[in-house]
Amino acid sequence: MARPKPPTLQVKAFADHHVITQPNPLRGVMRYVEDKDFDDPVARAEQALQDLSGEFEKWMSIECDRLAAAHAVILKDGFSALARDELFRAAHDIKGDAATFGYPTAGATAESLCRIIEHAPDLTKVPGDLIAHHINAIQAIVREQSNSQRIGVANELSKRLRGVADEYLVAINRERPEHLEAVLAPSIVPGD
Amino acid sequence: MYRIDFNKLRFLVCDDNAHMRRILRTLLHSFGAREVYESEDGATALEMFSHYVPDIVITDWSMPIFDGLELAQMIRQPDANGNPYAPIIMLTGHSEKRRVTLARDAGVTEFLAKPISAKGLYQRIMNVVANPRPFIKTKNYFGPDRRRNTTNSYVGPERRTGGAMEVMQQPSLLDKARMPG
Repeated sequence: MARPKPPTLQVKAFADHHVITQPNPLRGVMRYVEDKDFDDPVARAEQALQDLSGEFEKWMSIECDRLAAAHAVILKDGFSALARDELFRAAHDIKGDAATFGYPTAGATAESLCRIIEHAPDLTKVPGDLIAHHINAIQAIVREQSNSQRIGVANELSKRLRGVADEYLVAINRERPEHLEAVLAPSIVPGD
Repeated sequence: MYRIDFNKLRFLVCDDNAHMRRILRTLLHSFGAREVYESEDGATALEMFSHYVPDIVITDWSMPIFDGLELAQMIRQPDANGNPYAPIIMLTGHSEKRRVTLARDAGVTEFLAKPISAKGLYQRIMNVVANPRPFIKTKNYFGPDRRRNTTNSYVGPERRTGGAMEVMQQPSLLDKARMPG
């Protein structure tokens, strides 16, 4: 696709800054359509996601295996920077993806684990059970997802783990105001 | 009613998670996009950014080699290759206020907290296409205007001086991150 020539910049100079404006380079992609001709792209995308949802159980299982593998490395060799990063990324991906895949409770539990990894001053001093219970809970929640009778148990388990983790993080960060503030701050995600 | 011709837009998607890239690709193609380039780390994304000159960049934050925040900082080099004014949408599992502030100060245009939704992504794209903000260049910042309201209450060290400046009337990046969808 041939790219149009970049539009001319207008630069206004002030005492300690410049303000740079340009004619909207993307204005050519906006188009007016009559209401009757409006083909809702959001509805189309939601349907496409729905069509893809048959893959989500398998994807969630892969994410859980990755988390368990990252934890196994730490149990074997301890917390190296590399191992810590991999555990965080695996948990963080579940935090971000799980609700989309239909596993919101697993996502909430993964968020709690991410907070421990991010805000504990020394991961080698975090009780091993606290991390292990989070990982076991995520795996169990995903495994039992299809059992509607277990949904209440999953929610309760996730809330209790978050409570224990938060209690630990508040206590351990008493002398670290920046982390304490982050631990106590509400999430920006709507509905959290 | 205005709509976007997505088939005229070129996207660069950067996320280390293959499942999330697949979700993004599915959403963008459903919107009508044809050109969607993908990268799994910040370094490769930067190369692709220079090579393909995308109209819009959608990046994750947490990635190996260098992350989405560093990618945004490297794109926002006024004299760099590529288009330093390209809109950057940060799509991330991070959901803390301080992260939104860090992203804003790195030059990120829009912030979208996961879990992703078709509506949330569409709204962010619509916003960068329809309402581009002026860019500000200071000694230590180059990126979209961070002022989103007209209050003059801010008196911190980064307060700009030297004359009045029109301000885009928009919710702050943090308020927008908190919006549902």
